[in-house]
Amino acid sequence: MTDTPILKARDISKFYGARTGCRNVSFDLWPGEVLAIVGESGSGKTTLLNCLATRLMPTSGSVEYRMRDGQMRDLSRMSEAERRFLMRTDWGFVHQNPADGLRMAVSAGANVGERLMAVGERHYGNIRDTAGDWLRRVEISGDRIDDQPRAFSGGMRQRLQIARNLVTSPRLIFMDEPTGGLDVSVQARLLDLLRGLVQDLGLSAIIVTHDLAVARLLSHRIMVMKDGLVIEQGLTDRVLDDPREAYTQLLVSSILQV
Amino acid sequence: MSDLATYNFAYLDEQTKRMIRRAILKAIAIPGYQVPFASREMPMPYGWGTGGVQVTAAILGPDDVLKVIDQGADDTTNAVSIRAFFQKVANVAVTTRTREASIIQTRHRIPEEKLTAGQTLVYQVPIPEPLRFLEPRETETRKMHALEEYGLMHVKLYEDIARNGHIATTYAYPVKVEGRYVMDPSPTPKFDNPKMHMSEALQLFGAGREKRIYAVPPHTEVVSLDFEDHPFEIQTFDKPCALCGAEDVYLDEVVLDDKGGRMFVCSDTDHCEDRCARGHRGHLAYDKEAAE
Repeated sequence: MTDTPILKARDISKFYGARTGCRNVSFDLWPGEVLAIVGESGSGKTTLLNCLATRLMPTSGSVEYRMRDGQMRDLSRMSEAERRFLMRTDWGFVHQNPADGLRMAVSAGANVGERLMAVGERHYGNIRDTAGDWLRRVEISGDRIDDQPRAFSGGMRQRLQIARNLVTSPRLIFMDEPTGGLDVSVQARLLDLLRGLVQDLGLSAIIVTHDLAVARLLSHRIMVMKDGLVIEQGLTDRVLDDPREAYTQLLVSSILQV
Repeated sequence: MSDLATYNFAYLDEQTKRMIRRAILKAIAIPGYQVPFASREMPMPYGWGTGGVQVTAAILGPDDVLKVIDQGADDTTNAVSIRAFFQKVANVAVTTRTREASIIQTRHRIPEEKLTAGQTLVYQVPIPEPLRFLEPRETETRKMHALEEYGLMHVKLYEDIARNGHIATTYAYPVKVEGRYVMDPSPTPKFDNPKMHMSEALQLFGAGREKRIYAVPPHTEVVSLDFEDHPFEIQTFDKPCALCGAEDVYLDEVVLDDKGGRMFVCSDTDHCEDRCARGHRGHLAYDKEAAE
């Protein structure tokens, strides 16, 4: 790890009129680090994630990102063209519902290849090879490359979405409940895959989840949110094994033991 | 006889023509960019060339000679009625000869004969947005044009190759104009795409329902999109035209009977007649002297 953070968030607040989305959130994300944001529904997790990923404009506060050339840049001061370029090259965004992140009417291969074509790749054979390679890495068999995501199961769609995001070797991935809506065995395999990919590629990731098990498996560090505020943060093991705030204790003790 | 039905020259009022001319000038200044304009109701249904008619009406002068073609033919309904319309409301000279026309309004073809400086080709465009079927939101497609994000266009071509083994788009084949804007050449066959490149004639595109005008000025680079390993190709035909024997032209299939008989003839009727008059003969040519 280098000694400069890849993403610096300072006093991020987002208000929807009189309602609070999130308030005064500050943190640093380091290269190769996986940060989980946990909390109950409506606690502001997704709002925060969207503010960080420039999908929402924060009411106040700043987000700085270290570009590939090492420069820290304030995301809100970037031009839209730069931001969109960043989003489809250096970043990935994995939606909870794969239909939001995929083009359901074009084939799996084209879904994975889209980012390559967007950055100027113009050789069909190469695009297809890369797409096939990525499908293999997310455990989708090669003969499904020309099928539309409509024909895929929920778990496959989610893996396809991950492949589509990783094809340009991004350095930072945002994930919004990546395992939401999947059954437990599929979840487990997806988590396994994600953990492998994050490790192999040295990705930094910010994962929003309400599932503490997901946070424990994937993340190094955890932030617990309630009513738009970060009430506790620390190393994942520390927070989950020795929660300090009453709410975190409640959250941890609410996990169903089987 | 009453004079109730008197029209302004070329049907449209002068303020409207002025508005359309401004849009045309802007379109010429930014080749390939779709300029919004306040499209008027025309005395014909949308989809029948309301955009093309408005552009023609705005640029038509008393000295112009007008030719109208529909799928290359001068004698089909759309062509005949638009030609008659302008004869009536502007009293301009009309022709079917490509060479003699100063303005050619076209639906879905570019004449075979090379257009020359001073001629204007007006296209009728149903859907001006090349990205529309891939991205339904207008706000998003306009942003994509503004930021030159055209990766999606290649996704469509990729899909073509993945499904068919080759680029199966045969009409409305997307082009890049002057290295900047991706443009829909209206549903002309891709056979005609190379004719747009560095054309000496001015090319104007009018989409009435979608309220857009765009243009390719003379001597402008027009490049069809493709992949390095799947380069752009135009259609080829096995046989020459059955009437005039022309090769290297775009042919229409004509069904002759219900026993599977068919022939292929030039889609550009003027070009075909011109060749026949100069003595070229195809294998099904009607021979006047033999008939007599």
